[in-house]
Amino acid sequence: MMPLRQKIFAFVLAIIILVTIFELVRKRKLREEYSWLWIVTGVSILLVVWRYDLLVRFTHFIGAFWPTSTLFLLGLIFLMLINLHYSVKISGLTNQVKNLSQEITLLKGEITGTTRPPEDESDDG
Amino acid sequence: MKHRDTLVIIPAYNEERLIGGVVASVAEALPGTHILVVDDGSRDRTGQSAAGAGAMVLRLPFNMGYGVALQTGYKFALRRGYAFAAQMDADGQHEPRDLPLLLETVRSGEADLALGSRFLGRKIYRAPLARRAGMLLFRLLASVLVRQHITDPTSGCQALNRRTIRFYASEIFPVDYPDADVLLMVHRAGLRIREIPVRMYAADDNASMHSGLQPVYYIFKMFLSIAVTLLRRHALPSDRRRGGTKT
Repeated sequence: MMPLRQKIFAFVLAIIILVTIFELVRKRKLREEYSWLWIVTGVSILLVVWRYDLLVRFTHFIGAFWPTSTLFLLGLIFLMLINLHYSVKISGLTNQVKNLSQEITLLKGEITGTTRPPEDESDDG
Repeated sequence: MKHRDTLVIIPAYNEERLIGGVVASVAEALPGTHILVVDDGSRDRTGQSAAGAGAMVLRLPFNMGYGVALQTGYKFALRRGYAFAAQMDADGQHEPRDLPLLLETVRSGEADLALGSRFLGRKIYRAPLARRAGMLLFRLLASVLVRQHITDPTSGCQALNRRTIRFYASEIFPVDYPDADVLLMVHRAGLRIREIPVRMYAADDNASMHSGLQPVYYIFKMFLSIAVTLLRRHALPSDRRRGGTKT
């Protein structure tokens, strides 16, 4: 069984996480696509408060001894996933920044005339 | 002979001191050929020096690395419709008088990519020991993978035709340290590679864009890149759906 204090603490924590996420999404400070993992976390904490036995069963299932170590494990897995998610996003953004920079460079060359062929007197650009 | 269908691309980062001379010697070796210096966000007057020597200049808004600067040059070549291009480094380690032979190799249709090798010809170039070991490794690897004897897979002195220009300008060109893995991609895309002996000098100072990089990361990246290239099913950019990120 889970002590009442723990239950209250976990419940309050989950509510704070969920409210914060919804609030950030509502204010458009967080895009929906980034919010789902956080919402999953908040809901998972609520689930553990409500059905502690599920955590105990899961602990047995994965061969762990203490339910707390399962919680730490899940926390770590969550952090790893969210970092992986960010790495993927950053890779995409890096590529977009690269393409944008190259595009700007090419356009700037056209506009400022630094890429005009040296012996080309005719103005066609 | 004038070749207006040819572009020489020189990526440069903080090469104010040398770039003028390099541009001048390219102009001397290939009279009338267009020269493009891609200034990779230098903090010195690289762009001005290059323009002063008669080169066309593109300037990236910030330092983005050798591969990005190089690819910018190829995107330019593709848009302007150049049929052939050559690339060389801005630090004076390549010999511009070798470019005509490299270009002739792609111009004659003998190859789609002519690779300037410092090991086929007279040996002026002396690399530091650690670097030589790395070179040997990639040399073996490249030769096995490309099924062709490759002596200098890390060469930055190359000439290419329009098919290869298109390939270098595409999304699959690996912009962080393009090297031996590019040869494998080129090979898998069905483009023909040919090595040509060139002279090469040890870079005059540490300003070379290849130095100062962490060699361990470099080797790791090269193996990873080669491994995933082998795992990919599509070799040509056109085979692939549009690049970029999904939303």
